[in-house]
Amino acid sequence: MLGLLALVIRRDLVLAMRRRADILTTLIFFVMVVSLFPLGVGPEMEMLRRMAAGVLWVAALLSSMLSLGRLFSADYQDGTLEQMMLAPQSLSMLVLGKMTAHWMVSGLPLVLMAPVLGLQFDMPAQALGILIVGLLLGTPVLSMIGAIGAALTLGLRGGGVLLSLLVLPLCIPVLIFGTGAVEAITAGLSVASHLSLLGALLVLALVFTPWVTAQALRISME
Amino acid sequence: MLEVSNLACSRGDHRLFSGLGFALHPGQIMQVQGANGSGKTSLLRTLCGFLTPDEGEITWCGKSIRELDEEYYAEMLYLGHLNAIKDELSALENLRISAGLSGVELDEKEAMNALRRMGLRRRERLPTKVLSQGQRRRVALARLLVSDAKLWILDEPLTALDVGAVALIQELVAEHLARHGMVIFTTHQPLEVAGAEMRSLLLS
Repeated sequence: MLGLLALVIRRDLVLAMRRRADILTTLIFFVMVVSLFPLGVGPEMEMLRRMAAGVLWVAALLSSMLSLGRLFSADYQDGTLEQMMLAPQSLSMLVLGKMTAHWMVSGLPLVLMAPVLGLQFDMPAQALGILIVGLLLGTPVLSMIGAIGAALTLGLRGGGVLLSLLVLPLCIPVLIFGTGAVEAITAGLSVASHLSLLGALLVLALVFTPWVTAQALRISME
Repeated sequence: MLEVSNLACSRGDHRLFSGLGFALHPGQIMQVQGANGSGKTSLLRTLCGFLTPDEGEITWCGKSIRELDEEYYAEMLYLGHLNAIKDELSALENLRISAGLSGVELDEKEAMNALRRMGLRRRERLPTKVLSQGQRRRVALARLLVSDAKLWILDEPLTALDVGAVALIQELVAEHLARHGMVIFTTHQPLEVAGAEMRSLLLS
């Protein structure tokens, strides 16, 4: 079981490393969207500081949408997905491997980049810390929920837009608790409730999304 | 052994075939014949469990393949129209990964030997995007050499292959049948297998 998980993760990471442009576009999109806000709303420090968490989270949400289309489509087009479905191991496990690899190349870079961008908005160190913890808990959920959408829209023409329309509403709870945690810490309140809710979402997603995605893939293959 | 009874399959509103039944025993080979669009690929994909048949049942050693699921997949190998190889990976990496997915741990030497037998000497470490169509097909077919599956389901295995490679596939199929394997395949080219009676199934 774990061998398969490691195999899929390693394979997807190697593929991502040989197609580095894909990782970079997501990251550059994230940096661009975040950097456009101060230019658009003006350099008023107080306002920027208040917006920071929201802007970073929304940008992370949008840029995670960018790479979702590629999660299964390349494997679908060259027939690898067929072979994966015929693997004598659990398809859910295989899907979990693909989700993990996807998060490592599209979610993790955003988490690492976020503190640098947060400084641009003059976020205090404490808020930055909570932002990163929130993103660490939240971005895997985005990848996992996104995978369901990606599996459902597999092989559809213009599936990219449909995918965003399907997935974005489902990501709202992550956005609310993620930004809520940062607001709480700036107001001097406890962040425990927000972070534990994010953690709960992560656990729920870990349990259910691989199975749901596997079923969606089976439907798409018909 | 593989048994199919009263199978019916349709794509959209179009009924491809119905009342189809056959049994494939160890050491037997069957060719599925029919014009373009007669449902050859659909039949093979139904046997893989990708498509749900409208009616009828497919059983493997007496149990429905739906129930067996992973146990059945461990004993079959499917090679479709698509090669299922990644352009960015080398032939060697492709073979080792696809073997790994089907549950066979393959070390580098075994993979190298398989690729060499497929006529890919000195191409093992090249990214497959620089290989020709026929060579890429050979990489995909190398899976036949490293698999221990009993049932081979081959959809047009000979496309893009040259005469030498076709002879090699005939040899591999004959070896597989001698090991009490089973083969069901479609092709538009003649495939002669020494020492085995070729059964054929005509879809119309």
